Parts: sequence; structure tokens; C-alpha cells
Amino acid sequence: MSTIHPTPSGTRDVLPDEMREVHAIVESVREVFDARGYGEVRTPALEYEQVLTRGDPAAADPAYKLFDEQGNVLVLRSDMTIPIARVVSTRYATVSPPLRFCYVAHAYRSVRPQRGQDREMLQAGIELVGVPEQAGTAEALTVLCEALDAIGLAGYRVGLGDASLYPALLDTYAVPVPARGRIMHELQTRDFVGLEREVDGLRLAAEATEALLSVPQRRGGVEALDAAGPAADGLRAVFAALPSPVAERVIFDLGLARSLGYYTGAVFEVYDAALGAPLGGGGRYDELLGRFGRDLPAAGWALNVERLHIALVGERRGERL
Amino acid sequence: MSGLGGLTLAVPRGAMLGDTLDLLDRLGVDTTEVRANDRKLLFEEPGIVTMRPSDVATYVEAGAADIGVTGKDVLAEQSERAVYELLDLRFGPCVMVVATTAGEDRLAEALRRLGVMRVATKYPRIAARHFERTGRQAEIVEVKGSVELAPLTGLAEGIVDLTATGTTLRENGLVVREEILASTARLIANPVAHKLRAAALDDLVARMREALGRA
Repeated sequence: MSTIHPTPSGTRDVLPDEMREVHAIVESVREVFDARGYGEVRTPALEYEQVLTRGDPAAADPAYKLFDEQGNVLVLRSDMTIPIARVVSTRYATVSPPLRFCYVAHAYRSVRPQRGQDREMLQAGIELVGVPEQAGTAEALTVLCEALDAIGLAGYRVGLGDASLYPALLDTYAVPVPARGRIMHELQTRDFVGLEREVDGLRLAAEATEALLSVPQRRGGVEALDAAGPAADGLRAVFAALPSPVAERVIFDLGLARSLGYYTGAVFEVYDAALGAPLGGGGRYDELLGRFGRDLPAAGWALNVERLHIALVGERRGERL
Repeated sequence: MSGLGGLTLAVPRGAMLGDTLDLLDRLGVDTTEVRANDRKLLFEEPGIVTMRPSDVATYVEAGAADIGVTGKDVLAEQSERAVYELLDLRFGPCVMVVATTAGEDRLAEALRRLGVMRVATKYPRIAARHFERTGRQAEIVEVKGSVELAPLTGLAEGIVDLTATGTTLRENGLVVREEILASTARLIANPVAHKLRAAALDDLVARMREALGRA
């Protein structure tokens, strides 16, 4: 009988059969990155904690922390966006934008391990720095769809929302600060029953209550934006800038809330009927680079390679939700 | 649209089954086969799978069912599950309580004299969170059933459990000391189905609201 030598929770070995299929996916994505002029970068898996928390306080809650020999706190990066923001401000401090970077790298998060959700996850993604507003968002979405097409996924859709839309709505109806936090929490935890309870508790006019409850539940074609009025002008501009094969993949989702705190505008997630969880996502983060001393608008996304693989296998076996 | 619009619904067996099927009847879903057959689990037409209430969130999170009905108690215990909570169905009301044997509060005594109280429960996370939040040290003893037995046998000084009418607690000589959370049945949805099947899902939610007498 052999002894048991386990790997840490949420990590696993990848053996040659699986590795060959993963490689095929990664190579397809890399060809798209290359054709679109995105240069691949590699950064250390370990970063100083203070660098990551400068980007996003939530990045201070990573899966793994350790000390170096001088007593500095090091963390395994929870995504690649903040490390690349650091690279742009230090290594490209004087280079004029736009800058286009891509990566295929591991990130580490303290998630509950399950299929398609390891604590050590392989991500493939891009960062587009210095192309503002709809032009930048449209390019990021176009490269995203080209990558998904190249992998061979047929049934994917891209959910598109705006991180600034609901806060703007809360401004419109002058919702006070303590309630705002609770309302955003309900939205982020996908609890519409809790959202209704919090919004009803504000005792606003009927029209305001209706807007605050119905807008984040709007999903569908471009007509879904009507409910949000001028607050959705940003998304209308993005939609107008998309080439038609990309536009056809878009589902507007006015309640889309991503867990990372640095998004400022458009946010998106990728769905495929062959898997019950998003394949990846991204968005605009126009303030992140400023926190590292180079105030440039930026957008990017990351796909979870393991989930792409599961969805691809599922699609080919004819599975759908 | 009638029926479930092609969505797969996870229905909880047990206390919430009757109310769930009654609601489905009012939506024009044929539940005769589900009612007639308590061993079969999968009903292709109209698209119903039946399971323990505590498994509903698991199936819906994984996308094995698009939507499901389960108690708020289950969702609070499994709060890390990535599912949408869409609608309070209002049936299956019950309360999560802290209970002990009648007379002197054994929990308070244990906390005062021994520093830690032992609490038996089927809901270890809700219980742990409640005592952390209220600043009391508690050892949570997880049991799978008949929680009322624990304080009667000395396994624990108190319990955290769900009660609808209080009958089981009373019959075992237990009294409610604190209320933690009120629970009712909720409609939940898988996050990907929530986007890809938005029209069918919104239509179903609207019809459920109407059937429940809410606009």
C-alpha cells in the first residue's frame, strides 16, 4: 500500500492527457493575442502585500500569505491586473500609451474548491492601457470574443453591465450612505429578496422604489437599457462601437456586479450553457493605474482556462443548462 | 407562457413539498406525477427534480437545476453558494432559535463557570456566526438529526435548531432562549441560467408573484 501525500486544498496535479488539451486552448488564445498586438508578460507569483492592497483593499484577503527573511509580508497574487498596473507605472513610466499586454498565468484565491474553481487557477487575459471609454472597452470585448471563437466555443454569451450605473441611480434618488452599503452588498451577493427589503425600508417615492428594484434585474438585448435612461449612455456607446459578431454575443445585464472593487465602468462576464459558472470576466478600471502613479484609463479581462476546458468538453458532448 | 418554460426546477421534499406543488399547480404545471410518486426523483416533463431541501442550493449552484425552492435557513447555512435569491415565497415559515431545557439557563451557566458553552446543531455555520457576533465562546457540536436529544443527555447545554410551531421543543421539555433568524421558502436561480434563460425565468417569477397575490 502506498502512503498518501496530498496536495494543498484547492490545488491539483495536471497529467499529460489533460495538459495536451489545456495547451491546445492556451495556444489558440495566444495566437489571437499575438495577432492583435498584445505582448505577453510574466510577473512574480509573489508580490508585496502593500502593492496588492494599493490596487484593491480586497486583494488583501488572499489565499496565501508568507514572510520573507526581512519580515516583509508577501502574498500570492489574486489576479494579474494589479501586477500589470505595477509594471506599467514602473517599467513603462515614460512610454506613451496605448500599451497592450497579455498573460497566461496562475492566480491564487481563497475560494471553496470545487470543479472549475481551484485555489490555484490558470488565467489567460489581456490588459489594454491608455485607450479610454467605448473604444477601449469595444477592443477588449472584440479580442475576448476572438479568443473564445479561436478556442472553438460555439454557444458562449457575454453579459455586459456597468459598475457605475447602480451607484449613479442611488445618487439620483439621494440614498443615504449606510443604506447604500447594505444595498450594494445585497446586489453583490445576488440577493434580490434582501434588495427589496432594503429598498422598501428607505420609504422612497413609488417611482424611485420601482427603479431601484427593477433596473438591476434587467437583462436582455439593447432595449434592456431603456429602463436606466441616461445612466446607460456609456453602455449604448460601447454597443454602438462593437462589430456585429461581438454585438450578437452580448446580453446586457444592468445588475452585473463583479466582486473585485477596482472596476469603474463597463463590466462583463462570459457564460456558456455547458457550465453553471462564468468562464471569466473583466471590465474598465480607469482609476487603478493612477493609484500606482500613472493616471491612465484601462480595461482588461481574464478567462479561467480550466473552465474553458470544462465548457469545451461539455459543448462537444452536447450538454447544456 | 405556461409550465416552467423549459427550465429545470429543484423541488424540496419534506415540509415545503406540498406548498411548492400547490404553487406550481396555480401556474398550470402538472404535478400529478410528482404527487403520486414519492420514490421517483426526476420528472422530465414538466422538468422537476426532487431532493432534500439542503441539497437544492448545491444542484442550482452547479447548474444541474436552473432554479430551485429552498428555505432561507439553507441559504444562510450555505451562504458561500453562488446563486441568485429571486423571490420570497412566504410559505414554510420557521425560526432558527437557541433553546435549552426549561428552568435555569444551562448555556449561561456553562459560559459563566466554564468559559465555553456546548451547542448541538445541524446548522454549524449559522450557530458559530451567531455566537461570534454576540461575543460568546461556544463549542459547536454537529449532529445530523434529533437535535433535541443533545441537552437531555448532556451532550450539550443547548441547541440551535429550526422550529415552526415549537411542538417538538415543548414535547422534549425545551424552551426558546433566543431567536436568530426567521426563514421562509425562497426561489433561487443558477447565475448562468439567470442570464442565458432570462426571458423564461423572468416570466416564471412574474407568474409566481401573481399567484402569490403580489404585483
